[in-house]
Amino acid sequence: MKNRGLLIYALAYLAFLYVPVLVLPIFSFNNSEFIAFPLSGFTTRWYQSLMDDSAMQHALGNSLKVGSITALLATGLGLTAAKALTRNRLRGGSAALGFISLPLFIPDIVLGLSLLMVLGWVGLPLSLAAVVLGHLLICLPFALTVLIARFEGFDPNLEEASADLGEDGWMTFWRVTFPLMLPGISASLLLTFITSFDEFLVAYFLSGTEATLPVYIWGQLRFPERLPMVLALGAIILTVSVALVALAEYVRNLGIKKATVGA
Amino acid sequence: MSFLDISNVSKSFANAAVVNRVSLEVARGEFFALLGPSGCGKTTLLRMIAGFETPDSGSISIDGETMTDVPPHLRPTNMVFQSYAIFPHLNVFDNIAYGLRKEGLSKQGLRAKVQAMLETVRLEGLEGRAPDQLSGGQRQRVALARALVREPKLLLLDEPLGALDKRLREAMQVELRALQRKVGITFLLVTHDQQEALSLCDRIAVMDQGRILQIAGPRELYEHPNCRAVADFIGEINFFHASVRQIDQTTVTVNAGLLGTLTLPRSNLAPGIGLHDHILLAIRPEHIGFVDPLKGMLTGEIVDANFLGERSLFHIRIAGRNQPIAVSSSATPPASSVHLAFPSEFLVGLSSD
Amino acid sequence: MAQKERISWEGYGLLGPSLVVMVLALAGPLLLLAITSFRSQNGIGFTQGWTLAQYGVVLGRSSYRDLLMRSVLISGLVSLVTVALAYPIAYFVAFKAQRKFLWLIALTIPFWTSYLLRVFAWKIILGFNGVINSGLTQLHLIARPLGFLLYNPFAVVVTLAHAWAAFAILPIYVSLEKVDRSLLEAASDLGDGPLRRFARITLPLSMPGVIGAAILIFVPTTGDYVTPQLVGGAKGTMIANLIEVEFNGVGNWPLGAALSLVGMAVVGAFAGLFVAAARAATKAAR
Repeated sequence: MKNRGLLIYALAYLAFLYVPVLVLPIFSFNNSEFIAFPLSGFTTRWYQSLMDDSAMQHALGNSLKVGSITALLATGLGLTAAKALTRNRLRGGSAALGFISLPLFIPDIVLGLSLLMVLGWVGLPLSLAAVVLGHLLICLPFALTVLIARFEGFDPNLEEASADLGEDGWMTFWRVTFPLMLPGISASLLLTFITSFDEFLVAYFLSGTEATLPVYIWGQLRFPERLPMVLALGAIILTVSVALVALAEYVRNLGIKKATVGA
Repeated sequence: MSFLDISNVSKSFANAAVVNRVSLEVARGEFFALLGPSGCGKTTLLRMIAGFETPDSGSISIDGETMTDVPPHLRPTNMVFQSYAIFPHLNVFDNIAYGLRKEGLSKQGLRAKVQAMLETVRLEGLEGRAPDQLSGGQRQRVALARALVREPKLLLLDEPLGALDKRLREAMQVELRALQRKVGITFLLVTHDQQEALSLCDRIAVMDQGRILQIAGPRELYEHPNCRAVADFIGEINFFHASVRQIDQTTVTVNAGLLGTLTLPRSNLAPGIGLHDHILLAIRPEHIGFVDPLKGMLTGEIVDANFLGERSLFHIRIAGRNQPIAVSSSATPPASSVHLAFPSEFLVGLSSD
Repeated sequence: MAQKERISWEGYGLLGPSLVVMVLALAGPLLLLAITSFRSQNGIGFTQGWTLAQYGVVLGRSSYRDLLMRSVLISGLVSLVTVALAYPIAYFVAFKAQRKFLWLIALTIPFWTSYLLRVFAWKIILGFNGVINSGLTQLHLIARPLGFLLYNPFAVVVTLAHAWAAFAILPIYVSLEKVDRSLLEAASDLGDGPLRRFARITLPLSMPGVIGAAILIFVPTTGDYVTPQLVGGAKGTMIANLIEVEFNGVGNWPLGAALSLVGMAVVGAFAGLFVAAARAATKAAR
């Protein structure tokens, strides 16, 4: 009996989680400017108007640019830092880790504003590059967490075994470390990309004239007639995110392949 | 000039000496063991030979070449790791072939070599398997094959059988011995299992707290340990306090408390012991005999008997002594009250520090 | 000798770039923020010389103090509600669910959407002419729309409890998963019924996960900007909204800086107090 009660709670909770998420696709097909019941019939006109919205597409391009660059930088830095922290004996390693994780404990608004101030003080303009720096700050701890976990999950003897069998540092990295880290690297790239893509506040302060997609959406929120279009955009983003995550999981589980003969 | 020459090697971690001025020599083709309890420095020494740790002082040379500045991937050694370190993302064939990439063999040549090694370690037919589909014993053999296929001058084994259950371990010991004889490569084994070292190896170095206590063959170590630590570590043994009364040319007379005055062969006395020194008299359980009352030197009560098949291990309590005496015998005494004889040729005199 | 040193240098070399980025993007800017908080705004520039004037304003003006307290209170409430709602489902997945992986995926998918859009979705849902009200009216369950749903602390709490759900579920789930099942069997064997067993074994052992989740939620929530701005209205404003005002257009940067630092200090203090209290409570319970 207790099982049943808990199950009912679980399903109710799941419903609570999905309601706001489902609002997006449901009302994006609704043939009305007002987002309320009763539903007024099916339409795809909101999606059509997205096609014509060049400002939105430009912002989307900006977000993709910023997201990709942030993902690559955060993962690259995270990879080197994770290796240093797990494999090399360093004094002050845990202090360094704490320092790099600090942004997790500082509100985004403080991160964004202090960067804003520094840029003003140094005389650099607000730009997408500034946004990348801000996002890098936020994403590096995530990348590091994922990559450290991955490094700690595989036997350090493996790299020693490779050296023992005749391979130097670079070949060992290429033949052993990199393939084994690949799931972690992919997870880090995905996680940091999505974090940057969805990030609003820091981008709001630092992007200047070139808006990222969340900043663009924020600008649209004050216009009630634009709302269904925003919902359509949101529905698309939701679908793509879910598809990406599903793909990442699938790739991750391909894992150990039976390699063909020949090293 | 010996094959592996370790000369005055020391290594410290965080100001604690883990390996302390160790010197030893291993001959070509020997099956040699570093034996000792956990933390004695044997694994660190092995890793220094492989090149994963650098000695703070001293030198290591293999076949005449000094190894001091040679990184691990260029050394003529190969190692079988305690955790086996099988590459999880490669199958058995690719694992074994891993170290052959640099040799520039043709595809057929590579295949032939790996195939031959698979047969040697009896893993034929498993070359396509992924590591997580292998049993512990199979993984161990992959690790061996991977190291041996490179034909190293020296094979290093870091507690290779520790993770296996008893039966498998014993079977693998037999295989390892046969393998070493067959390929003729010098094997250096690190283990804490004295039974393993004694049954497999030509010579054994017993280590404790970073130092070498004794280097000898199995029988010599067993019959003539040179100190208490070695005697205690290898097999079971009984100790008695005694003092040296007289040293003659071929015999030594000692005053052994409860055992009375005894004479033992001078060759059984550890070096460096002089007149009037306090010593420990040591004798193995299987050398103590149950005798009738007239011939007995000590009388006692059996307090414990462990049936071990062909022999039984008895513990005998003696008046005036805290520790029971361990006696291993194939005969079963008729009563619990027994008389013990201590043949002097099996008594060994060790220094008592 | 050379090899050992090479390992250390290589390590520092690998760690270096990350540390450089952190100093440039975090340490430096925070330092500048701190410095600015000790100055005064003078037209478009700052005055020379140090002053505690801004801190005086922040701590002196009651409206600011009230705002700080309200932010902490709302955060605390959000943490409590989120964790309380998340615990049963984490328990369900850890102990009762058959396909745990599927459940975990299902529970985290909603969070793969943009936070901004989720907050906006709640705005639409809770609005006067929004989804809930129009739906309930359609079903003839209410005569007039409910006015208490939006533009107040209630809306903020609901929205944030939803937004942080995954961050509560996962740590609690992990700590429940780690509970050694043989401990529960031992408890049963020694006479505990399911409820007692839960209270005496499962709950205490999962506390680290619960406390971790609460702190994880509390700290960033206090500084949240988007949710109070979109759904908070005048009654649900929080500290970040005020800070933003000071930095936008003709604002008072030093005041904004001081507000930021005081805000962080207050959050840190409360978080520290909470952790200390939790530790004391677990010790007392033993």
